[in-house]
Amino acid sequence: MREAASSGDTRVRETFELNVGPHHPSTHGVFRAVVELDGEIVVNITPYLGYLHRGYEKTCEAKTWHNVIPLAERCDYMGATTNSFVYCLAAEKLLDVEAPERAQTIRVIMAELTRIFSHLFWLGTHGHDVGAMTPLFYCLRERESIMDLFELTAGGRLMPNYLRIGGLIRDLEDGFVEKAREFTDQFNFRVDEYEALLTKNPIYVDRVKNIGILSREDAIALGASGPMIRASGVGWDIRKSEPYSGYDRYDFQVAVEQGCDVYSRYLVRIREMRESAKIVRQGLDMLKPGPIRATKPGAVFPPQEEIYTKTEALIHHFMLVVEGVRAPVGQVYQAIESPRGELGVYLVSDGGPNPHRLKWRAPAFVNLETLATMTKGAFLSDLIAILSSIDIVLAEVDR
Amino acid sequence: MNQQEIRDKLFAQFGEEVIQGEIQFRDQITLTVDRGRITSVCRFLREDPELAFDFLSFVGAVDRFPNHPRFEVLYQLYSLRNNHRFRIKALVDETDSEPAAIDSVVAVWPTADWHERETAEMFGISFGGHPDPRKLLLPDEWTCHPLRKDFSLDGSEEETPDLPREVEQGS
Repeated sequence: MREAASSGDTRVRETFELNVGPHHPSTHGVFRAVVELDGEIVVNITPYLGYLHRGYEKTCEAKTWHNVIPLAERCDYMGATTNSFVYCLAAEKLLDVEAPERAQTIRVIMAELTRIFSHLFWLGTHGHDVGAMTPLFYCLRERESIMDLFELTAGGRLMPNYLRIGGLIRDLEDGFVEKAREFTDQFNFRVDEYEALLTKNPIYVDRVKNIGILSREDAIALGASGPMIRASGVGWDIRKSEPYSGYDRYDFQVAVEQGCDVYSRYLVRIREMRESAKIVRQGLDMLKPGPIRATKPGAVFPPQEEIYTKTEALIHHFMLVVEGVRAPVGQVYQAIESPRGELGVYLVSDGGPNPHRLKWRAPAFVNLETLATMTKGAFLSDLIAILSSIDIVLAEVDR
Repeated sequence: MNQQEIRDKLFAQFGEEVIQGEIQFRDQITLTVDRGRITSVCRFLREDPELAFDFLSFVGAVDRFPNHPRFEVLYQLYSLRNNHRFRIKALVDETDSEPAAIDSVVAVWPTADWHERETAEMFGISFGGHPDPRKLLLPDEWTCHPLRKDFSLDGSEEETPDLPREVEQGS
């Protein structure tokens, strides 16, 4: 783009293109954007994705229904349990199974701990992206406690692989409830600490207020969800609008902000962490003894004890491992509220032992689509703050 | 509105000429819409005040190889105003002389942009009138469509090279 200045003036005005990424600390993975700049102002931005594309959906289509679960968690490693959660709910709808009440409550506890886990890491790295070094160390401290909780009961720290179609792999480990209660009891004070570092810090507020404006209309038209749309004044949370796994029994608020900017997204996520801790506490109070897996021979794995003592259970287990379950012909869509927004899975069964089609509605992928709208006319340095506020997980964007 | 009411409303508006089929599974209904009328059906779904499907969750496709028509293009919709979901699909076929094609709905829901680009490269379905029909996730030099059922999970040296051929030859 070249244009001559006023007549007689031989100087020309032109924009230049700057390549950001694929390796840049703010991209949290491998993401490249070609930015057209007029001085320091962003004129246009062209994102290039796919560096982490691993053929996720294709790989899932080659797995049996049960074998998809560990793979599902690897799609968004920051919210691992929410991935297996949505997949299990969809597969359960397809197979007509319902998880027992205790399993539903434990799933909610795990999902909310995952939300805190994901938001904590977001908060730490977001602070880091805009020049605040300290929050990261505080956030990682609490994140470590959550990983210890996951490790205690499921074995895995980052990807617990704890949910199964029809329920859970095993019951909560002894001591989990006490440790989780201890965590939620002190968590509000911890959030106060993060807020003391950022919420009223003039350096931070100047850096993020009125930056990255995404109007309510744009947010809806571009399919933004989760904290992105709630920071633009839309009070939409799938846990409230279409409750699943007993979310209608919990008392919690949906965090909504009207600012439409990076600061509002920060406030929404901070409040969501507090609400999630509240839900975990209610879940722990609600826990009643009971089965943790539904009984449906031929579709759901029988309990481990029965495999060792009952021939019939052993046969069902063997057949499920060797042949997998044959789901009825049909298609279902299930969506849940992940830390990043509407996480959905669309499953098509042709009656075979594996999904004929598995379509992953990845919220980070769709939220990233708003980047161009938010950055046009912004300063290049703000681009980093804006990109950070989307909370992208590139593994989920590229799948 | 529940699934049945949305279905009835679409039938009343467009009739059996446009709504070519329906499938009910569990509590979800999927309507098959005539491929040529997809944009007008989508526009109606978004603009009718009772339906008000202002939010598009995703556009995707299913490969029914070796059956014909080969592809289903899916539109999963949600209404923020009325809190209901619905799904429509259109059947798209591919013949030796005619590639698979359907009109783009980016003008109705701007979010369809990336979904359609992804579906186009993964299945080889072209979206007519798409404002930016470049590839999204796959390398530009790949000519294959990996989510098709006749594409091997392993890929191949010819179809899915790790590096562009010029780089490999050291030029």
